[in-house]
Amino acid sequence: MIYLELFLSFFQVGLFSIGGGYAALPLIQNQVVTQHAWLTVSEFADVVTLSQMTPGPISLNAATFVGTRVGGALGAIIATAGVVTPSVIIVMILAAIYVKFKGHHLLEGILGGLRPAVVGLIGSAALGLIILALFGETGLASGLGSIDLKALCLMVVAFIILRKYQLNAILVMSVCGMIGAVLYGLI
Amino acid sequence: MPDHTTQPQFYRRLFLNTLTLSAFTFGGGYVIITLMKKRFIDQEHWLNENDMLDLTAIAQSAPGAIAVNASILVGYRLAGWRGAAVALMGTILPPLVILSLAALVYTQLITNPWVVWILKGMQIGVAAVIADVVITMVHHVLNHRRALQIVLMLVSFGAAVALNVNVMLIILASGVIGALWLKQAPVLEDVE
Repeated sequence: MIYLELFLSFFQVGLFSIGGGYAALPLIQNQVVTQHAWLTVSEFADVVTLSQMTPGPISLNAATFVGTRVGGALGAIIATAGVVTPSVIIVMILAAIYVKFKGHHLLEGILGGLRPAVVGLIGSAALGLIILALFGETGLASGLGSIDLKALCLMVVAFIILRKYQLNAILVMSVCGMIGAVLYGLI
Repeated sequence: MPDHTTQPQFYRRLFLNTLTLSAFTFGGGYVIITLMKKRFIDQEHWLNENDMLDLTAIAQSAPGAIAVNASILVGYRLAGWRGAAVALMGTILPPLVILSLAALVYTQLITNPWVVWILKGMQIGVAAVIADVVITMVHHVLNHRRALQIVLMLVSFGAAVALNVNVMLIILASGVIGALWLKQAPVLEDVE
């Protein structure tokens, strides 16, 4: 029963990918390449590339891709349902605890510690994305001289516009995409 | 917490908001957090900054993708399980539709130079957006003028960037430190 297998495989991916992002990659590879042979290693590498080019979390993207390949549209829906089910159950339990105990001094203490830590973590993600945009995949290893000046100019302009005029973030991203096509494709 | 569900077309707006944010989440889970901050705090005024940081910490601590977890949490915080269901649908639909289509033509897609250039431009835009939001969040932490929180922010940043410490470990440690040394503190008010 392919649909049940899809559901259970992606359920495990959803349940064990703690820490978000690329923590899920080896789990997905284990399920779809090693255990079930739904994809070859090189197809899996393509899914990773594709996932970087499309919006959404890698685990959902992989679920849809593999589901479509193995069981069509229904397969995609079932694999996606499998990957989000553990999140739904566990997050709802945590959310209920949070709402019930919010205001309790111990929980406020924990949250008082978590909030600045989360800001630090988002800051580290920001730094990673800035380095990726300015220096490419190799990052700072290739030296400060390898900075992409077109990217730097566009980023500074976008940043100033966001700070000064509070424009819609999605609009800014879309316009940057179009300017990127002009900067890299035509100039 | 005011009842937002009585606002006109609340569920429709929640669905469309999560749908749009999910469709533009390039570059990992924290990007959707910054987009959510801009949309739900600055534009819709449904949440405040502390709510968002709490939900992010919970989203990060639970298994699964941060984007999915954070959407469920925002929906639940605003409108209980119904809100959670609506936000979840909005979040999973874009990857489901986009990847189903992309699976059919993916070899042409990943080798098309125009797609690569547009994405490069969007990557630059994403970096600007996340930098903008982080600066606002850092201001917010600094404005509380609590030394321990400022230290926790800097140490978490340093641990994640320079030492590559596991994110779960950072979350766990700062929660324990907060429980031990911040619990007598008055509930933090929004400094806005």
